[in-house]
Amino acid sequence: MTVTLTVDGKALQAEAGSNLLEVCLENGITVPNLCHLPGLEPPPAACRLCFVELEGIDAPVTSCTVPVSDGMVVHTDTDRVRRLQRSALRFLLSVHDVDCKNCHANHHCALQDLARFLKVGLKPRGLSIILKEPEVDDDHPFIRHYPNRCVLCERCLRTCHDRHGHSPLALSGRGFDTVIRCFADTPEDAQPCQSCAACVDVCPVGALVLKTG
Amino acid sequence: MEEKLTPEESAILEELRQSIRGDDSQRSRLIPILQKVQERLGYLPPEAVKMVADHLAVPLSEVYSVATFYNQFRFHPPGKYPIKVCMGTACHVRGGEIILENFERKLEIKEGETTEDREFSIERVACVGCCALAPVALVGETVHGHMAPSKVEGLFTRIQVQKEIEEKRRKKDGSE
Repeated sequence: MTVTLTVDGKALQAEAGSNLLEVCLENGITVPNLCHLPGLEPPPAACRLCFVELEGIDAPVTSCTVPVSDGMVVHTDTDRVRRLQRSALRFLLSVHDVDCKNCHANHHCALQDLARFLKVGLKPRGLSIILKEPEVDDDHPFIRHYPNRCVLCERCLRTCHDRHGHSPLALSGRGFDTVIRCFADTPEDAQPCQSCAACVDVCPVGALVLKTG
Repeated sequence: MEEKLTPEESAILEELRQSIRGDDSQRSRLIPILQKVQERLGYLPPEAVKMVADHLAVPLSEVYSVATFYNQFRFHPPGKYPIKVCMGTACHVRGGEIILENFERKLEIKEGETTEDREFSIERVACVGCCALAPVALVGETVHGHMAPSKVEGLFTRIQVQKEIEEKRRKKDGSE
């Protein structure tokens, strides 16, 4: 069933129950997001960036968790929404090693794009910078991980699970200490990674890099 | 730093392997089984984590993901003298972090780890209930209040002296 909804004053047609964030993106409406992957359900709603306001609901909601319905009225560019998005991005940048010059994702990094779009400086003022140790995780035989570049969007984990049903990568620890880590049992466990490396492709920043040579 | 299993631990692990075989292998049993393993071994060595993953037929990464989330699970054996440094509010304000760092530097291990000889392990704990003595550290069950970097040094000297006295006494008892 097709429904009609209004986003920023524009009337849009969409399949009932489809993902609001995806509908917006398909129609060329920019909604900041990091953890969304088209087609992979359920959304983790981890990045806290895709907020929108719905008429009739008090507080802004994450658009990736909202199924569209008929007559829905959505605003993506309000002060409240932008404030939430800026805060979320500033917090992400406060645990990020902003060293773009030496990062292979420089110029095609989701964080740089978001900072430009939301007009947030890459070095957040007024927040202390908390970085993790070690700087580089070389546990995986084929993939190098930079925990201080990672935004914990879980895209790599979800892609890996989607393709292989299980993954040698997993979230480890909690709070500020949360990191993606490789727990391969034997080197053979990570063998498929050499030819797959889908996780490296879906990383929105430069946290995962294929080891060469 | 990877510790090797002691012969006693290997025996306990074998025993556990037999006993969990009879257990339900549903995913929801993950935490209870990990708790059971830690209760017997005092920590979760890699061999034990692997055993649990195999029993429940879940990826090793998932078991680690869960186990690292909870503070109750440890991956290093507890030392003979477990050192607990209080990080409660009062101790935090009075520089508990510095005391922790002192212990870490002195023993050359990080919090949550154990020295190679399994003599000392360092842990951070929440309030131990004697905030007036902040910053506080516990060595075994003994509370040491008003900690300072110099006192950290002193603590180890004291433990060393105690050990030597015990050693002498044991020798004396043996020769008699």
